[in-house]
Amino acid sequence: MAAHEILAATNAVVTLDVALPGIVWPWLVTVNMWAKSIGTGVIFMLFLLIRKYPEQVGSLRFQTTVVSIIFIHIFLLFTLADLHQPFRMWHIFFYPNWTSAITVGAWMATLFVGLLFLLAYLSFFKKDNVLFDKTLLWTVLLAIPVTLYTAALMSQATARELWQMPTESAQMIFAALLAGSAFMILLGGKKLNYEAKSSLSNILALSAFMSFLLYMSEYIFGPMKAEEVAAVLEYIKGDGPYTVMFWLGQWIAYLLPMLFIALSRTSQSENLLKLAAIFALAGLWLVKHVWLIIPQLLPMS
Amino acid sequence: MQLGFLVDLHLCMGCKGCEIACKVENEVPLSTWRLRVKYVDVGTFPDTKRTFTPLRCNHCENAPCERICPVSALHYLENGIVNIDKERCIGCAGCVMACPYGAIYIDPQTQTADKCTYCAHRVASSMMPACVVACPVQANIFGDLDDATSNISKYIQVNQGNIQVRKPEKGTNPHHFYVNAGNSTLNPLASKRVDGYSLFNKITTLPVGGHH
Repeated sequence: MAAHEILAATNAVVTLDVALPGIVWPWLVTVNMWAKSIGTGVIFMLFLLIRKYPEQVGSLRFQTTVVSIIFIHIFLLFTLADLHQPFRMWHIFFYPNWTSAITVGAWMATLFVGLLFLLAYLSFFKKDNVLFDKTLLWTVLLAIPVTLYTAALMSQATARELWQMPTESAQMIFAALLAGSAFMILLGGKKLNYEAKSSLSNILALSAFMSFLLYMSEYIFGPMKAEEVAAVLEYIKGDGPYTVMFWLGQWIAYLLPMLFIALSRTSQSENLLKLAAIFALAGLWLVKHVWLIIPQLLPMS
Repeated sequence: MQLGFLVDLHLCMGCKGCEIACKVENEVPLSTWRLRVKYVDVGTFPDTKRTFTPLRCNHCENAPCERICPVSALHYLENGIVNIDKERCIGCAGCVMACPYGAIYIDPQTQTADKCTYCAHRVASSMMPACVVACPVQANIFGDLDDATSNISKYIQVNQGNIQVRKPEKGTNPHHFYVNAGNSTLNPLASKRVDGYSLFNKITTLPVGGHH
């Protein structure tokens, strides 16, 4: 049967139009968000460990700072790579538009990197833990908006109805807590005992649960809000092109880590915690990617 | 002065003269468009009709693209036009993501954002935009919304109750109006895009800026 024969009488069909642009923000932006979650998340976790298990932290101060520096630079590198004019990045600092979340984020990220290098200096060269811990407090305070600004940016992309404040903010902060706790479980090695890792896994499980809850609430109740949201969510429902990736992400990032952490409670198994951490980190990329791409599949005009 | 645009869809016959004039005037590269005319067919044979809708930047009073641009490459002119400085643009594509009307694209030659500027360079020389000049049926009406005696203001007054804008729920306050438009012409979700159903080609999407 020809396509036109199966169209209902009331249907309108686009019969001549230009080809629409494809994905505008591609996987590079997914890596950006994923790496930033780790870069800020481990700083949150270091702060927590210093407060709760100061005797176990030791050299983790420097190691965590290095991990944060690496992942924040991955975030910055992929941000730069996504620009169509990367060599004009300096315009952000010389012609800033303060109503833009991109501008605010760039300035905060720059300051954050500065504080990270100061932390690295204090822990590696000065070996001054007191000053390190005081500086860390300010770094943690800055890490919060550095994590959140991408949510502001996504909600500022007002064409994409799916991305709304404050849901995206909550997702970003939970992503940082999930990624930070997961990475710290892996980084902790023999320096952290089971009790400390268990505390980290509690954060991992709780943030996984809250993230899953948010995604499910969007998935189920989102279509009730707006026609556009309903149309976007069709891409992850039924035969939608991103259905498999969406559910794979939910299972790998949230459900399986929660299961592994619950099982580790009975067996006191650190390996299960490590498995949960690896799954959470891998799954987070999938979850972020799906949520980034699907609103871009909808024609805007 | 607040410049605005109005298209009378009852007059538009889909000749695409405006589209071509815009391409030529602004040297718009292949695979990108500042202005395009979309055909939407409604109904089932023999009770069908074809609608033509010119789509361009809406030059919103509350423009999301201007707000999200990190370097103010997108900025307001005093006459209300949302203009773009391509030398300043860093190509972050934030504006492309923010525009609810899909009116901004990444120029594959300059790798910067670009869009309709209501031919700001012509307006500065007291000329009409190229698409207005090219329209054989005067379906495009351009002028000062603040001047009650301008053609566009008079057209809006005469057609009170039959003036529409695209996606009013977005709160962008477009300075681009339509007369005799409907849901199927202005709401992209009201019409289907069936793969391979276009008149002239089967290409439905193109890479942004020619890469990624």
